[in-house]
Formats: sequence, structure tokens, C-alpha cells
Amino acid sequence: MAMLSFERKYRVRGGTLIGGDLFDFWVGPFYVGFFGVTTVFFTFLGTALIIWGAALGPTWNLWQINIAPPDLSYGLALAPLKEGGLWQIITVCALGAFCSWALRQAEIARKLGMGLHIPVAFSFAIFAYVALVVIRPILMGAWGHGFPYGIMSHLDWVSNVGYQYLHFHYNPAHCIAITFFFTNALALAMHGSLIISAANPKAGEVVKGAEHENSIFRDTIGYSIGTLGIHRLGLFLAVSAAFWSAICIIISGPFWTRGWPEWWSWWLDLPIWR
Amino acid sequence: MSVFTMRLLAGISAALALLLVVYAFEFPPVDSVQRGYRGLAMEENSNPRTDRAKVRANQLPEPAPATDPAGQKASEVYTNVKVLGDMDANEFLRLMTDMTTWVSPEQGCAYCHDENDLAAERPYTKIVSRRMLEMVRYINGSWKTHVADTGVTCWACHRGQPVPASVWYLDSPKTARGAAGNLAGQNVASAAGGITALPVDPFTPFLKDANEIRVISGTALPAGNRASIKQTEWTYSLMMHISKGLGVNCTYCHNSRSFFDWDQSTPQRTTAWYGIRMTRDINTQFLEPLTPQFPASRLGPLGDVAKVNCATCHEGVNKPLYGASMVKDYPILIGPAPARTASAAPAAAK
Repeated sequence: MAMLSFERKYRVRGGTLIGGDLFDFWVGPFYVGFFGVTTVFFTFLGTALIIWGAALGPTWNLWQINIAPPDLSYGLALAPLKEGGLWQIITVCALGAFCSWALRQAEIARKLGMGLHIPVAFSFAIFAYVALVVIRPILMGAWGHGFPYGIMSHLDWVSNVGYQYLHFHYNPAHCIAITFFFTNALALAMHGSLIISAANPKAGEVVKGAEHENSIFRDTIGYSIGTLGIHRLGLFLAVSAAFWSAICIIISGPFWTRGWPEWWSWWLDLPIWR
Repeated sequence: MSVFTMRLLAGISAALALLLVVYAFEFPPVDSVQRGYRGLAMEENSNPRTDRAKVRANQLPEPAPATDPAGQKASEVYTNVKVLGDMDANEFLRLMTDMTTWVSPEQGCAYCHDENDLAAERPYTKIVSRRMLEMVRYINGSWKTHVADTGVTCWACHRGQPVPASVWYLDSPKTARGAAGNLAGQNVASAAGGITALPVDPFTPFLKDANEIRVISGTALPAGNRASIKQTEWTYSLMMHISKGLGVNCTYCHNSRSFFDWDQSTPQRTTAWYGIRMTRDINTQFLEPLTPQFPASRLGPLGDVAKVNCATCHEGVNKPLYGASMVKDYPILIGPAPARTASAAPAAAK
């Protein structure tokens, strides 16, 4: 029912953040808007630059193409295109595309009179990327601290950054982030299985609703978080996972330069038992 | 629980969290050194504020004032000078003065000499220090692969203390805690293993005994690599010690995408490879044979002599004393280079 009324309301004017009516139209199923245009612009420019960078490089092997950031010696300055400058422009394109996408989500939400939960949630993913290629490099004083764009090369970066701090699993924010990722998977698995078990019965059986869904959890663990609550929980778990991932890399370097296991000596050194 | 109580608890929690952040973390700006291709993240990170303590711990001692040569050898002026007899008598006295600064500044000459008869073979510290002089000459002459021309003096390890700050003894096994109490030499905060749960004594297997450090398979698929998790943890514990001892991280020597591969490692790994063997050499050739000379009070809980590891000399710095060479002012402390043997040549070529 709701779907029908939303569908009727869907293609309405207004709600734009910028550009007024100029880009307020659809191409097929896709809403365009000012930020749709900027998304497409940054996406194509960034992708083209990646392809150019690959053409400059030694290989067309998809696994090995590598667009690397500048040497640390360039600090926070611009680097020559072939020595990391390309990475810098591609990073700007990526930021432009991601932020445009979030703002396009916001425009569509406004158009529909909905909350801004989707762009806010997506912003946490953008924040994780910004943490990696903007916030941490600025705090450490060089764009060269960003991760390279390439399938194998970014994995090498992740591995080496982990070993820069000896054992990354001892990073307290990494502990929290991993816990949120796992809990997020657990919650999604429980929620998905619950909904399918209730709403997709075999032929001839009636569809069950919220009462059944609540009951099965109340019978099992004495508590059901409820139909709205599970989505609040899911949103919280998912954005928390992204948020603490961002924190765990921001603190690695700017706020701790030694091995992460050693960080925990604050606990061993507490005056209570030291 | 009232709203007020909840707010109070939330406030206290926030205050504690803030305290932890301020107390436990460092703060920018930080220093970084790039050691690989750009974007590979082979970097050394350091915080100049945190490093102040290291800088203080790695100062050079004040040398004794220079003297005019006496024109006579030490062995001609003094009796019972077995190692340093060939040097000028005045230079010899100067070195003795410096050695007092390096090893026993508070105890003075009497720490290693009978003050009534400096030539006497007592106390035990004289026997030990003579052997240590031979060891220093041996290191500077035969282990240039590790110490290069920078070399070492007594100060490199002693830093003004009769017993260097970072030494190790055999660990007494703790098994008397019932059936579940055998910690198997690990699973407590291991000081050697970088405050992880790794083995507490990685020194005995690698810096005393010559166990195989390499545990990674040379092939993609398991084809005969018998190294166990346990062995791997011993190796990692040693690596954590090297890291802590030198104040460096894993990427100082290794590209973590392939730890074992020399082609992807930094040149520093070669120096470390020799360093491990040099340390083992010092422990087995010089320190352990001295065990009978020491009084029981100087021995470890299992009756073994104090032994060296990477931290003994490095004291948290990749180049001890930040690379300052003291030995260049004391050429007598550089022993003869080892003769090239026929058997060494093919091994090096391989």
C-alpha cells in the first residue's frame, strides 16, 4: 500500500539543495539533480585518470595496476603528475563523487519528505575514506601516507601499515570496529533469517507478521527488540563499524607511533597494582 | 535508576575515557621516514616528544682529557698487561680512566682492581673485564658485518653501570599451578615479546642456541614445512624483541607482503641477520664460559651468567648512540680482521 502512495508521489518537483529546477529531472529510472551531474563528472574524470595512470605504468594486469601517492618528501604539497600528483587529483575526484552521491541521496530524501538517515549513514563510509586519505595524511604531514589505488598495492599498504604498529589487532579502536563488524553480521543474519522465516512461507501457508517475529525471539532469549528497533540497531551497528574503522586508522601514527601491543601498558602501569 | 544517576554515571564514564585518551595516547605532530616505494607504507614513525627519553639514554660520556704519548708501551711500564700491552703507556692510563667512566664511575678503579696491587689477578671483575676487552676487540675486528666501522666500546652496553641495564637470564619454568597452570613459557604479558602473549624468553632458542628462525614456507602450497604455530610464536617473540630493542617496526627490515623474501627486504635486514649471529657468538663464546668467575649474586635464578640481546647495545635506537662512533678514538679496541678462509668464500657466493 505504502509503496503505491510513494510511487505516486515520487516524481515531484523541488527538494533540491542547489540548482533549483535546472537539473530537477529523471533519466529513465534515475533522478539526475545537480549532484547527479557532479557525481557523473567526478566519476568519469577520476576513472579516466586512473586509466591514464595505468597507461603510464608498467602493466595492464588489473591486479597490479597501481596509482601510488607521492613520496613523503612532498609533504602536504602538490606532486608532479607522474610522481603522485595523479593520485592527488584522483583523490579529489573520489571525494567529489562520494560527497555528490551523498548530497544526491539527501535531495531525493527531501523530495520524498523522508528523513536524512540514508545520506547520514553513507557519510560514515565517506568519513572512513576521508580518514584514510585526508585526515590522517594531514595529521602526519604528508599526502604520501594515503593508500595507493590498486588491487594488490592497496593490500600491501594495509599489510605494511598494520606491521608498522607491530600487531594491529591490539589497536583498541580496531578491536571496537571489528566487534561492530561481527555484531553487524550477526544482527543482519538474525534479522534476515527471521524475516524470511516469517514473510516467505512455503506455498499454502499464511504470511506471518510482527507478532510471530517478536514471539520467536521472546521464546528464545526472552526479549525482542521489535520491528523498528532492529533497524535502529542495524543502523547503529553499521555506522559504528565504519566510524571506529576510521578512528582506528586516524590514531595509528598521529596518536600512537609505537607498537599497538605496547599501548596497553597503560593498563599494566595503572597505579592500583603497579 | 534515576535520570540523575544515569547522567552522573555517563559523566564519570566520559571523564574516565577522556583521562585515558590523554594519559595513554601520543599527540601529533609526528615524524616519518619512508623506506620503500611511495605508497608501499614501509615507514618508520616516531614521536619526538616520546623519543626524548631515548635521546637522554643514548648520550655519549665525557672522554678523559687527551694526553701526550709517554713513548713507552704499557707493557714496559706496567706489569701483567695482557690485552692492551702494545699501546702507549699514557694512552693506556687514559683508556683505563675512560673505562672507569664507562663501567664503574661510582665504584672507581677498585671495582676491577685490588687498590694495593693493581697488577693482581683479583677481584673477579678484573678477569671478566679483561675477557670483555678481548670481546670488544673481537667484535670490532670480526663483526664489521654488524657493527661496521662505528664499532663498540664498553659504553655501548654498560652506559656507566657495572651490569648493563638490558641483560637476560634463563627463565625458570613456572608450572606449579595445577593442571591448567602450565603457561608453556607464554600467555602472560611478555616484556621480551613486546607486552604480547608471545613466549617470554625468545633469547634461549635463538641468542644462545642456534634454532631455526625461519618458519615461513618457501612454497605457496604446504610442501614439507614442519614449522609449528609454537615455533612461529618463538620467532615472532624474537622479532618483537628486536623491534622494541631497536625502536623500529616490522617494515624497517621486512616488506610484510613477503617476510622471508630477501629481494623485497631492506638492506637493514642483512645487518640484523649478522646481529643475531653476533649476539649468539658473544653469549656462547664470551659470556657463558665466564660463568665460573662470577659470584652467585651476579648469576640468574638458574645459575647462569647475564647474557646480551639486541637491547643491551641498542637501548631502543636503531643505531646505538644514534650512530656515534666512540671506537675511532680508541684504535686499540679494534681487533684484527678474521683471516679469509677457503671455506667462507663459497658460502658467501651462495
